[in-house]
This record gives sequence, C-alpha cells and structure tokens, in this order.
Amino acid sequence: MTGTLQGLPVSSAPISQTPRPRPRGRRIRPGRVVAWIALALVMVITLFPFYWMLRTAFSSNSALFLDPGNPLPAEFSWGGFRRVLGLATPEEIAADGGSSGTLDFWLYLRNSMIVASAITAGQVFFSSLAAYAFARLHWPGRDVVFFIFLTALMVPPIFVQLPNFVLIRDLGLLNTLPGIILPFLFMTPFAVFFMRQFFLGINHEVEEAARLDGAGHARIFFGIVLPMSRTPLFTLALLTFITAWGEYFWPLLVGRSDEARVLTVALGIFRSQTPQTGPDWAGLMAATLIAAVPVLILFLLLGRRLIDNLGYSGTK
Amino acid sequence: MSAPAMTRRPVPTRSTATGPSRTTSPRGKRPRNDFRVALVFIGPAALGFIVFFLVPTLRGIWFSFTDQNLIGAGEFIGLENYTRMFADPLFWNSLLVTLEYVFINIAVQTVLAVGIAVLMHRLTQSVVIRGIVLLPYLVANVVVALVWFWMFDYSTGVVNVIIDTIGLDRMAFFGNEATAIPTIALINVWRHVGYTALLIFAGLQTIPKELYEAGAIDGASEARMFRSITLPLLRPVMALVLVITVVGSFQIFDTVAVTTEGGPVDATRVIYYYIYQQAFQRFDLGYASALSVFLLVVLAVVAFIQLRLLRSNRSDLA
Repeated sequence: MTGTLQGLPVSSAPISQTPRPRPRGRRIRPGRVVAWIALALVMVITLFPFYWMLRTAFSSNSALFLDPGNPLPAEFSWGGFRRVLGLATPEEIAADGGSSGTLDFWLYLRNSMIVASAITAGQVFFSSLAAYAFARLHWPGRDVVFFIFLTALMVPPIFVQLPNFVLIRDLGLLNTLPGIILPFLFMTPFAVFFMRQFFLGINHEVEEAARLDGAGHARIFFGIVLPMSRTPLFTLALLTFITAWGEYFWPLLVGRSDEARVLTVALGIFRSQTPQTGPDWAGLMAATLIAAVPVLILFLLLGRRLIDNLGYSGTK
Repeated sequence: MSAPAMTRRPVPTRSTATGPSRTTSPRGKRPRNDFRVALVFIGPAALGFIVFFLVPTLRGIWFSFTDQNLIGAGEFIGLENYTRMFADPLFWNSLLVTLEYVFINIAVQTVLAVGIAVLMHRLTQSVVIRGIVLLPYLVANVVVALVWFWMFDYSTGVVNVIIDTIGLDRMAFFGNEATAIPTIALINVWRHVGYTALLIFAGLQTIPKELYEAGAIDGASEARMFRSITLPLLRPVMALVLVITVVGSFQIFDTVAVTTEGGPVDATRVIYYYIYQQAFQRFDLGYASALSVFLLVVLAVVAFIQLRLLRSNRSDLA
C-alpha cells in the first residue's frame, strides 16, 4: 500500500486532472468541476480557523471589539504575544485591554518540549524492542502476552489514570515532569502493535543470513532491523509526539502547579481566568498559536512520511 | 545491552536447545527458544505495562468497591458505589449526553470523511492537499476548542458577525442547552475528519483501478461507481475506522473542560467529565472508579459488536 503511494511523483497532480488513460470530457466535466469546488470548500473550512487564530493573535485586543469582522488584524500588534510571554509592562497591558494574568508561556513551552520529547523517545524505543520480541523471537506464551497487551487498547485512559494518579501521588511525583512522563514512557499498546505489524513483514532471510554470520539478536535488531524500519519509526515518532504534545487530561491531573505545567493545561487555565466581559482574545489566540506552531513546524519538516504512511497506523 | 542479561540467569530445561541462539544449527532450529533474549527485549515495555496498565486496571476495579478518596486509603463498601450510580440522575444524564455527542460526532464525521476521501481519490494524489486535510489533527484538542470558542463567541466571534451580516439572529452556540453538544461534536468533527478521511483514502488505494476504468467504459456514472464499487469494497476498512473513532469519541473531555465545563446546566456534562468531577472536585475516587468501570464495560461491548461486524465483512475484497 505504501509502496504505491510513495511511488507517485509528488507534484504531478496539483490542479490539473489526474492523467488517466480513459476517454474523458464526455459528460464527466461538470461533475468534476463541482467536485473540485467541494474539495476547495473543504480546504477553506480547514484552513480558515488557522488564519483566524493568526489574525486575532496579531490584533490589538481592544480593537478586536470595535472591529470584529475585519478580515485583517484589527490594529496590528505584538501585544498578545508580549503578554503571554511575560514581556509586557502593566501600562502596556492596560492600554491594550489585555488580561494581566501571571502565565509564563516560555516555561510551559519548555515543559511541553521536555514532556513530549521524552515520551516520544522512550515510547518508540521500548515499544520497538517489545514489538521485535513479539514479531521475531520465539518464546513460550508469546501470543498470549501479546493478546493481553492488546486488550489494554480497549481500556479507556481515564480508567487507569485514576489509580495512576494515586500511584504518582504515593511516589511523591505530583507536580513534577517525571510524574507526567512516566506512565507513557515505556509503551502504549498501539505503539507495540504498530511496530510489530511492520516487523512481521520483514523478510526472514535477512535475519537468517546475519545469524549464520554469528550476529546475536541485539546486533540483528540494532544493526539490521532498526535501520530498515526508519519510515515506520518516523511515522510512529511523529504520531507519538503529536499525541503527547496535545495530551490534556493526564497533565491536568498531575501537573497543575506552575513549574510542571504544560501548554495545554496552561491554555485551560488562561481560558478559565478570562473575565466574562472583555476577554483577552488576542492574548488567548497568541497562546494557542504558541502551542500549535511547534507541531506544525515538525509536520512541515517531516509530514510527508506521515501522510504516506497513515494507512498503516489506522488499519494495518 | 542484552549481553550481560543473557548470561545471568540459567534457564532450566530449554537451555540446551537454545543456548545463545547464534550456535543453533540452521537445520535443527524448529524448537528455537529465545526466552532469555525476549525477556530483555520486552522487559521495559512489560514493566510499563504491568505498572501503568495492568495493576491500575485491577486497582481501579478494587477502588470501585471502596470509599477511596484522593488523600488516604479506602475501605471496602461492597456494591454501594454501583447502587448509588444506578440511582444517580446525573449519571444517567451524562450517559445520554455522551451518546448524543457520539452519535452526532460519528455520523457527521463518517459521512464527511468518506466524501473527502472519495473526492481526493477521484481527483488528485496531491500530497499538499492531503497535508492540509490533516492539519487540524496536528493541533491539540484544547487549541482547537479555544479557537472555535472564540470564533463562536456571541458578540465578537467571526461566525456570529457573519450570521449578523447576512441578517439572521446571532446564536449562543456554547451557551444554549440545545446547541452546546452539537457545537462541540462538530468542532471535533473539524479536528478529526481529515485524519479519518486519510485512513479511508488509504483503503481506497487498495481498490483496483481497473474496476473504475471498466465502469467508465460501460458508461457508469460516478455516483453509480461509488455505490457499486467503492462502498462495498470499502466496508472492511470502514468497520475498522468506526471501531477506532467510536471508542475515541466516547472519551470526549478536553473540549468540554476548556469551554462549557459541563454547562449550561448539565447539557454538556459528558461521562468523562462527570468522572473527572467526581474524582477531582468531589474527591470521591471510589465512585468515580465505579463510573469508569461502567464506561469500560460499555466500550468493550461497543467494540465487541463492531469487531463482529468487521469479521463478517472480511471476504468482501476477495
């Protein structure tokens, strides 16, 4: 499946129709025009909220209320960003009609980076190791253990997170970054399943040859299997990072205090501190932008493989 | 990293058959046993699984029979949490609200996702377009919720400004009991529909192109081909996608938590949020655990039914 997707030249099909060797232009034309319009509409609805986030973040907050329909930033201003990053003076905040909360999004950005990176590195690595044992090693009880692993997919996260909260509390890790990271560090059933699916498909002969040459399992895994698995590893890492970055429930439980607060939790607090009258929309959108941009940049750099491999993750 | 651990513990009976597996002869390798190596490979994941999945699952079930609170340890109180649950109107309400959410969310999302996937499949292979479609999924739930919360704001939100300009009445999307859940459901459709569409799109790639070419030669319309080729062949993929999205949809929490916080009145107090409130605002972990046991059972039943449907569809592509 992936092969066919990757084999396609990227730029072959932007606006022009897919070159398909079939008699065209008979009666399909109007239908295709309508279809293209529908697809364009989907694009617009998808992209507009991003634009509006940007437009609002760069507006002066007080001007937003006077000019709510302006498609461009209402009175262009860096005020929103300056406020959420703690750079604005009190006079500046008052003049801009912003809220004077004490949120420090630099700190939360750093925390989110640490949490998401640690979870991604640990989860992908340990899950790959386990997946290899499930896919390529022979040991008694293997399939039973794998099945037990898989059943965890069906358990709603909240179910284990209540007891996990008690555990993290008893370990004294409440309001620490390790407390947020730990439950996700070693595995998720999905990650193990995902990598196992790929390892199952690797040709046995490669390993057999290496084994005859005297390579042990560690050598085979690190020297042959992992390098061969760059694409699924990449895909899994990106998916894991996106999930960890966006996680709200668990850090809300164990990371409320300032020093262990991640971006999502901070956004929730920002929103709940927002006054009913004259909320700081510009500041809020600047903060959401700060939370959105790192993942979007990562996607711009690495997204191609994710798109090409999505079929894997969801289905096979 | 595996070498020291391999030599440590002698495995009793099988050790002669395996040894360090490099010495196994190519011929007599059938009863190969990599138990000790496997232990090393699976060790960290197994540790994480036992500590953060398996034990908590058992512990959660235990909690549901106790009056565990957030601070100390709980005492066994039998079925009290469960009898209380079945007599709790707020619990039943949360279940209803959740079902309403899941229904709207899944129905709209599935139809739109199939539509978008088919459009892409029949029109273009562009990676850029697929990338754009995926964009909302990359952004955290909380971010998505807040952006739409702002766009749907009653007085200054752009959607209401547009509605007002057209000459219609402004809507309190989040503030009205009747519209709050549909609003939240549609916001999450916006976030997830692209991802779902790409999964379906990947499924569409497996349908042989010749079928469409043959259809076109026979003069079949696009609508006809969709009904007679695409839909039947897509059913196995759809079943799987549905299992994933339905189970995920039941776990609606983030959007509610940062926008309506369960209100207005109880209109958006979904079950996940109700459990959260019981555990972390009322500190009643025992009751919250009973509620999540119930959720676990519901999800297991839903998944089981769907997987049965999936299995019966497996032969479609053959």
